[in-house]
Amino acid sequence: MPQTFGFPILTWITFLPILGMIILALIPAGKDELSRDASKKYFRWLTVGISFVQLVLALVIFGNFDYNLAGINDPNGFQFVEKFTWIKANLPMVGSINIEYYLGIDGISAPMVLLTTIVCFVASFTSFSVKKSVKGYMAMYLLLNTAMMGCFVALDFFLFYVFWELMLIPMYFLIGIWGGPRKEYAAIKFFIYTFVGSVFMLLVMVGLYFTYQIPDPSNPGMMMHTFNLVAMLDPANIVPGSIFASIGSDIRLIAFAALFIGFAIKVPIVPFHTWLPDAHVEAPTAISVILAGVLLKMGTYGMLRIAFPIFPEALGYFQCWISTLGMISIIYGALCALGQHKVGKRDLKKMIAYSSVSHMGYVMIGIASMRPEGITGGIFQMFNHGTITAMLFMIVGVIYDRAHTRGLDDFGGLANKMPIYTGLMTIAFFAAIGLPGMSGFISETMVFLGSFQTYPLNTMLSGLGIILGAAYMLWALQKVFFGKLPEKWQGPWDPTGKLYKGDDVNAIELTALVPLAVVIIVLGICPSLVLDLMTNSVNHFVEFMKPFVMIGGINC
Amino acid sequence: MYDLVKFVPLLPLLGFLFLGLLGNKIKNEKIIGSIGCGTVGIAFVLLFSMFWNFIQAPPESAVIVPIYNWITIDDFNIQIAYQVDQLSLLFGMIITGVGFLIHVYSIGYMHGDRSFFRFFSYLNLFIFMMLNLVLANNFLVTFLGWEGVGLCSYLLIGFWYDKKFQGTRLTWTGDAANKAFITNRVGDYGFLIGMFLVFITFGTLEYTSVNQAASNAYMSYYGSGIMTAITIMFFLGCTGKSAQLPLAIWLPDAMAGPTSVSALIHAATMVTSGIFLIARNSVLFALAPDTMTVVLVVGIITAFTAASVGLVQNDLKKVLAYSTVSQLGFMFAALGAGAFTAGVFHVMTHAFFKGLLFLAAGAIIHGMHDEQNIKKMGGLKSYMPKTYFTFLIATFAISGIPFFSGFFSKDEILWSVYANNGILPWAILAISALFTAFYMFRLLYLVFFGKERFNCEHGKPHEAPATMTIPLIILAFLSAFGGFLGIPDVLGSWASESPNLIHNYLSPIFADANRVLHSHAGHSSHSSILELGLMLVSVLLAVFGIYKAKQYYSDPAWTSPRKLVRNYNGIYRMLLSKYKLDEFYFAVVVDTLLNFSKNFLWKIFDVKGIDGVVNGTAKGTLAFADVARKIQSGIVQNYALLMTAGIVAILCIYIFI
Repeated sequence: MPQTFGFPILTWITFLPILGMIILALIPAGKDELSRDASKKYFRWLTVGISFVQLVLALVIFGNFDYNLAGINDPNGFQFVEKFTWIKANLPMVGSINIEYYLGIDGISAPMVLLTTIVCFVASFTSFSVKKSVKGYMAMYLLLNTAMMGCFVALDFFLFYVFWELMLIPMYFLIGIWGGPRKEYAAIKFFIYTFVGSVFMLLVMVGLYFTYQIPDPSNPGMMMHTFNLVAMLDPANIVPGSIFASIGSDIRLIAFAALFIGFAIKVPIVPFHTWLPDAHVEAPTAISVILAGVLLKMGTYGMLRIAFPIFPEALGYFQCWISTLGMISIIYGALCALGQHKVGKRDLKKMIAYSSVSHMGYVMIGIASMRPEGITGGIFQMFNHGTITAMLFMIVGVIYDRAHTRGLDDFGGLANKMPIYTGLMTIAFFAAIGLPGMSGFISETMVFLGSFQTYPLNTMLSGLGIILGAAYMLWALQKVFFGKLPEKWQGPWDPTGKLYKGDDVNAIELTALVPLAVVIIVLGICPSLVLDLMTNSVNHFVEFMKPFVMIGGINC
Repeated sequence: MYDLVKFVPLLPLLGFLFLGLLGNKIKNEKIIGSIGCGTVGIAFVLLFSMFWNFIQAPPESAVIVPIYNWITIDDFNIQIAYQVDQLSLLFGMIITGVGFLIHVYSIGYMHGDRSFFRFFSYLNLFIFMMLNLVLANNFLVTFLGWEGVGLCSYLLIGFWYDKKFQGTRLTWTGDAANKAFITNRVGDYGFLIGMFLVFITFGTLEYTSVNQAASNAYMSYYGSGIMTAITIMFFLGCTGKSAQLPLAIWLPDAMAGPTSVSALIHAATMVTSGIFLIARNSVLFALAPDTMTVVLVVGIITAFTAASVGLVQNDLKKVLAYSTVSQLGFMFAALGAGAFTAGVFHVMTHAFFKGLLFLAAGAIIHGMHDEQNIKKMGGLKSYMPKTYFTFLIATFAISGIPFFSGFFSKDEILWSVYANNGILPWAILAISALFTAFYMFRLLYLVFFGKERFNCEHGKPHEAPATMTIPLIILAFLSAFGGFLGIPDVLGSWASESPNLIHNYLSPIFADANRVLHSHAGHSSHSSILELGLMLVSVLLAVFGIYKAKQYYSDPAWTSPRKLVRNYNGIYRMLLSKYKLDEFYFAVVVDTLLNFSKNFLWKIFDVKGIDGVVNGTAKGTLAFADVARKIQSGIVQNYALLMTAGIVAILCIYIFI
């Protein structure tokens, strides 16, 4: 029996923000200056409240998670399952359409659910710095939140696709309206890039629908096509002669490649990454945080949940290339981040954006290794990159809000002016470098350890990323925080004292930054807290993939 | 009893957390200082009591004390666990013992600094990390410490982050910190790869299991490619942390930090991690004769190069820094020659005398109001007699004057290198030892003797306070007599069967490695007359160096050195500019990489190439739409024409095909 929970917790955690949106819509924006300020406060705290409840729900899930269940291709191994028919229609020519509202999580999605709530919670504080049409912003923010959560809990491909597309709309507006000077360009680029990926995904999804059929529960003896992602992992459900029926056929390889590109754009893997630096540079801080913290993980999650297990033999065919692409992303991203150091107007955010490309490359080589250590490390790296990069972007946001510039050359010696901030920044930067004792180290080491057994050469090249990473991160740290404070920042940030009372980070920013720092350090010391969630699922996953892929041995 | 080892790293960790989080509120230097010193002091006492217990009744094998499971995935399990054996106890005692003295010294040295608490919290963190490095029972925990000490080194080099620092392409102390960390990362890369290779070869990362497996199957592993690969990768790690060529460039610039940091991290403890790593895995290295040769050659070249640069430097701390690099080269030469004990013994004596030299240098700089240029000193003997006296003892020790500590350890290295690798490596090391004696006495004469070349605008030089001089005196005592722990057989055989205590103590650790080495090398015996003769030669060389230094620098006009500089200007410039190694790295590695990344990869490939294709597609679509739009002209005649053309076309296709 699927493991249900007395209370539809996944529906709540997913759709709570929509409820928040409705409440938000009912609060008037205010007519005069005073009431507008008051309602802005409501909007902000409402968003914080909703995100907080989500976080609590995620912790309830975490506390009730059964570590013995694996999930992956076993419908009874999923937890907190909610399943009923959503759309059922008989259409001429096509036959019956069956779409299920099917939610559930296993060890691969559980860490992502946790990550999403953590990042959305802290980013809701970061959103306080948005001053323009707060109501619309918060509504979009909440919608985005629902869409992201939905992606991680959906077990029906159609439902997944709906959430996936739903994510684009708020993201487009959040960048396009609340973004920086080149926001339109960045928003459209983001939209088109991701949309191209979605089109690929849609085509494959329709093909898959006609390939699989399961017994129709309402019509005994009859079969029906399905979008059920778990059912797609059982070869017994394949309709003979259908489009993706013959394992190893070219059409399956093409379908895998299409699906892979769709997800790779989101990760992003070089060469599908150029939307990322623009989107990050133009997006408001909180949206950069969400983008790097959660959105990018959707790509690698999609690979693990959909592309790899549905087309395992195609993964075996492309495995070496995928690992190589991961390696290229690591080096390429790191070099581009390094390249920012010689640019006249060096932008801190762009550097961190490129570092994301590099860090997501670790996830790729980890999951491409198909070793338990590598995949566990890869998923853990998704989690850690989420928290660490979120912290990095918030930190950039803090000085950007004050100085209205992110140029590395505009700063220096901030350590004297903002000691607490500098301490937090040092933690974030060293976490990003992968210093032992912090979470990033564990995931990087496990990724390398796994990957080294399957693709030693790729791993050795990828390892150079840790040297380059130290170089670009530390040069930036040195430039901004140490040395001498430039003349123009000698005084207080805000002479009127209205926006910023002291020089150092304020309470709201601390509320956002400190939890992340705590998560990063605690998971560096006790990684088992998250690793244990996925151990069983990953082992099961590897068992499932084993007949089709490379595991260990010297090649590539 | 050995369970107490849990508390050894825990104490400094608590000290770090307490001081780091609350130090700002405490503000009282006495309280902060006593907490900082206390944690390290108690850790030393614990280690010493364990050591005492240990030598009374040595356990059969290393005692493993597990703390908790760090990373567990299925059957892959990495524990945080500590290993108590001869090697970890010895290193632990050096770290906490010398560390404690340097902590005490720092109370005086850092007095009045606005970040006093931060300094002590970093120092405690460093001790914690260093203890993890040496007490670990597996590679990953050592790596935790390895990177952790790198972090502390980074934080402490850049401790005075708003202070300028002179160096090749370095402007701030933070730049020097970056250089140290990034250079070390190259070494860390080697460590990581070595660790992965160990894992795929032995299926475990625990030292005891790895060394056991390697020595059990030594016939098949000896000289194999995998052993060479593993050890070369680890040695790359060692060249980073222990500042050997080609990665030695960071250590001299690390002197940007406070002087007690230089003493603790960049002389006595952290930089010897590389020696520890090789000693800990002596079996693996013994199984890779090619790597041993590389270790020997790198050690010798580094010892010689650094000593030669030390001859001409004028910055007090720089001279000591190059001296450290050179002495570390001696240690690696010993390891490369297979004399593991000699290398570890030199780590110990070096911790005493080099720690002392740096602390004394700190006292001098303190007394001279932050002057570091030895050309602007002179005649300090009468102002700071205690510092002078301790400095003198350390100088004797490092120069290898008989019966001071450095004499025993250095001579054992020279002898082992000769016995195993012949006369040439011995000669290069002996000349390096001559250089050492010369530059140390040059320092001594320029700083303490001769006329006073400083101006007293900041006030007269003064002797350091007691918190600083007491550690100096204790270290001076150890530098003078510490060597008697390792009396070579040839000198002490009249008194006892095996007079070399350190040898006896460490022999179980290196038993396997020595077995491997002896089974593959013809065991040649040398006469004790030869050993004594070589000893005499090296002592004479040292005395010659001292004599020359005295002759050159007791002359207030420095006639002879000035003449040398004029006559051999090329060599002098080369030494003064440190063989232009920094410039070479910046030009060949750093700039090339930065220019490639920026000018090609980012600006052309990324922005013009990939983005060009993306934007080009968009532009192409627009352009096409622009043409296609014209068809929709709104003129009915055009539509009719097009429609007719279409019908004709379809009919043609229908009829003819």
